[in-house]
Amino acid sequence: MNKLSLSAFAAGLVFSLGLLLSGMANPEKVLGFLDLFGNWDPSLALVMGGAIAVGLPLFTIAKKRTTSILGAPIQLPSKRDIDRRLILGSLAFGIGWGLAGFCPGPGIVAAGALKSGAFVFVLSMIGGMWAFRWLEKRHRPAN
Amino acid sequence: MTIDWNAFTPYTALGGGVLIGLASAWLILMNGRIAGISGILGGLLDQTSGDRRWRAAFILGLLAGPAVWGLFYTLPPIEIRATTPVLIAAGLLVGIGTRYAAGCTSGHGVCGLSRLSPRSLAATLAFMGGGFATVYVVRHLLGA
Repeated sequence: MNKLSLSAFAAGLVFSLGLLLSGMANPEKVLGFLDLFGNWDPSLALVMGGAIAVGLPLFTIAKKRTTSILGAPIQLPSKRDIDRRLILGSLAFGIGWGLAGFCPGPGIVAAGALKSGAFVFVLSMIGGMWAFRWLEKRHRPAN
Repeated sequence: MTIDWNAFTPYTALGGGVLIGLASAWLILMNGRIAGISGILGGLLDQTSGDRRWRAAFILGLLAGPAVWGLFYTLPPIEIRATTPVLIAAGLLVGIGTRYAAGCTSGHGVCGLSRLSPRSLAATLAFMGGGFATVYVVRHLLGA
């Protein structure tokens, strides 16, 4: 394993431990947050708040650099447009999130905990990503 | 709306959030990449991309988390109440939706908001709104 892969593995591992500690790998807890009009569990807001409080200063440093500490180019998203693809895609994602309580990260972590329902979710999610690729190729054969 | 004080876990939520923020900052500062899980997984499915190794390594790190946690503590509960057809529908929607939106809770929600990106704020409001509306319909209109 090279340096960049080892570093990415460490990031994934810490991310996973953060999801487990925060309770966000548990779909029932996430659904407790999404149940805004019922018995509401605000925990997820604090997870995002904690992550962004750490992220804000460190991403500000990253924005000022062109290469990473390990020498790779810093690749920040360049898209600015708020278009139909962004909004409709996010709405579809939100509906799926609300149905099962899983978003991509927690789904993969729960699969790592060998939960059979998480395997079903993750394989279907990969199926959805394949469907996206297929649709994109069909509509934009030049790419 | 009533707050479920028994379910609310402010300290572990904040602590877990800090770990997620550190992991995201680590990936951008060390690897120069955004820790967006849908994007990392989506890129892994693309056979033509030449950067699949770090993507696979990151996903392996996510998968290894529960085993590493299990070395020290008992694993926290992971309760999946959704039936198989619902899990399949949810997975398809999350897969297609996050790729069209080019991001999910991590890429737009954590990294995008940390970069103060208006585009990511719009995405986050849209998927949160979609999630709130869906749970409202399922739990309070359909009574499931």
